[in-house]
Amino acid sequence: MNIHEYQSKEILARYGVAVPKGRVAFIPDEAEDAAKDIFKSNSICVVKAQIHAGGRGKAGGVKLAKSHEEARQYAEAMLGKKLVTHQTGPAGKEVKKVLIEEGCQIARELYLGMVVDRAKQRVVVMASQEGGVEIEEVAAKSPEKILKEYVDPVVGLVPFQARKLAFALGIDKALVNKAVKFMTGLYQAFVDTDAAMAEINPLVITKDGNIIALDAKIGFDDNGLFRHKDIHEMRDLDEEDPKEVEASRYSLNYVALDGNIGCMVNGAGLAMSTMDIIKLYGGMPANFLDVGGGANKEQVTAAFKILMSDPNVKAVLINIFGGIMRCDIIAEGVIAAAKEVGIKVPLVVRLQGTNVDLGRKILSESGLNIIAAEKMSDAAEKVVKAAKG
Amino acid sequence: MSILVNKNTKVICQGITGEQGTFHTRQMVQYGTKMVGGVTPGKGGSKVDAIPVFDTVDEAVKKTKANASVIYVPAAFAADAIMEAVDGGIELVVCITEGIPVLDMVKVKRFMEGKKARLVGPNCPGVITPGECKIGIMPGHIHKKGRIGVVSRSGTLTYEAVDQLTRIGLGQSTCVGIGGDPVNGTNFVDVLELFEKDKNTDAMIMIGEIGGTAEEDAAEFVRKHVTKPVVGYIAGVTAPKGKRMGHAGAIISGGKGTAEEKFEAMKRAGIKITKNPADIGVTLMELLKKGKKKSPVKKKTRRR
Repeated sequence: MNIHEYQSKEILARYGVAVPKGRVAFIPDEAEDAAKDIFKSNSICVVKAQIHAGGRGKAGGVKLAKSHEEARQYAEAMLGKKLVTHQTGPAGKEVKKVLIEEGCQIARELYLGMVVDRAKQRVVVMASQEGGVEIEEVAAKSPEKILKEYVDPVVGLVPFQARKLAFALGIDKALVNKAVKFMTGLYQAFVDTDAAMAEINPLVITKDGNIIALDAKIGFDDNGLFRHKDIHEMRDLDEEDPKEVEASRYSLNYVALDGNIGCMVNGAGLAMSTMDIIKLYGGMPANFLDVGGGANKEQVTAAFKILMSDPNVKAVLINIFGGIMRCDIIAEGVIAAAKEVGIKVPLVVRLQGTNVDLGRKILSESGLNIIAAEKMSDAAEKVVKAAKG
Repeated sequence: MSILVNKNTKVICQGITGEQGTFHTRQMVQYGTKMVGGVTPGKGGSKVDAIPVFDTVDEAVKKTKANASVIYVPAAFAADAIMEAVDGGIELVVCITEGIPVLDMVKVKRFMEGKKARLVGPNCPGVITPGECKIGIMPGHIHKKGRIGVVSRSGTLTYEAVDQLTRIGLGQSTCVGIGGDPVNGTNFVDVLELFEKDKNTDAMIMIGEIGGTAEEDAAEFVRKHVTKPVVGYIAGVTAPKGKRMGHAGAIISGGKGTAEEKFEAMKRAGIKITKNPADIGVTLMELLKKGKKKSPVKKKTRRR
């Protein structure tokens, strides 16, 4: 789960990580009020569009204002409008809130990030002098410029590790302790919230000798959310595909794609390979949908509704390998769902595994217009043909 | 012979009194697995069917001499259960539980350093040596005793591959589901090494998916150390970047971990790949007909 910049900064501030003073605003009036507060002690205020996608600066989603009137104008121009960045796709994302923040005099821009390193199976702290640049770009062009420290979960990020990074980044000796406080605070926030990734880009050293998080992005491990109600509440459904939100209500794993063949599969690996085989036979999958190993009738029905709500879907492939879940139960679920929702497009069903014969018999005797398939390749061929009409 | 488990493996079930634990314990018993006990804190002294339940793994091991454990404990308590099994002297810990927070697994892996226990999973279907021992949730009846080793990050996709093998008459020595989480126990390399050494395994099937570099590491291992034929498949060619595809570990992040990269690494290592998931079985059959050697790789082209 991802959250907005202003929410990330709220969390960081609780852990003693320095962030610019600022406030979120949903309407221009709030933006102006927040700006007035900032101009009491500062000569520059920044208006930042709050959407989850990156690349806001280049797309006009970050503006410097020299007065509260100007801040209001920028907020008015952003709120309710679509912002198109290289991460939003051509449709863009509607801006529903802006962050009004104090400006600062930047001396240096650095990068600081944390993720769980899968190969090392530990949290890795990454730092680079190339602030403001995407870390993937630095990793591809000059990986040696990325400094890394792996954290032993027993002791956490030890100050000496943070010092090593700070000195290697060329941070002024007088500021090293501030950098250590910043990094250890970030690590503590990371582990306390079950984060999956935290990124401060840029990490800024100001001309008056402060180290602050000019931008902040935190993503969380969905599996850890059950123990963080406060963070779960930060979820912004506007940032997600409505079909994905609906699917998550039924504990279904759904990912929307661009194709026209809807698929419903049990198991993540089989669901991915079903998409792949559709493509192999010349079609394009409309989605990834894993109904899980023990899907019940309600889930199958919900899944069916979600597939049918996608106007691009021209045919549907249901691919179930019955393990513990019996094929006859799945067949009954499919029939119930199809009767409730209605089959508006060709439906190809491939059942395999436990009680497969009974499952197929139930489907063929249902009177529903179902195209049966035996092998995965057979199913893919049939559904691709059906989608072409 | 086989790897990891056989007819002598004595298994306890952690979380045996839960719905999943009880259901799958019965399935395992039915298959012929030696289920010698169960553990549920606070329910020690009771029984599930004829199987004694203990309060702690320690006690269960002392009383039953169990050397393997299967875990169905809910995600919030699963890390604790794994560590209890490791500490209790269990040699093979199979964790089925899905949804364990990744930072819990980071701690578990640190806890396991220097200890002899092997963890399979979490978020996996388990391990089965057909006809001898089934530890996990896979449907036993699709398996057939034989000489093909199967290792996979997936559940149902593994069943699909096993089913294909069984239908064309190729039985399995052992099938290992290593699970779909980003931080896990046993990896491809560990299992491939065991299969290479196993006298009763003639060839292997390796089923990977997008995310991480475990498949690339495995390919490198095959290139250097494996002489037996290997067929490889990777799920997720059509998966978009930056989206989690069901499994916590199935995500292409920062443009890394794509199916194409993994297929390429496999090809370079002399693994026979198939891009059609319906052809995993026949691809191996054809490879075996050609002779039981790994397809030759020229030294020069091996270099990356």
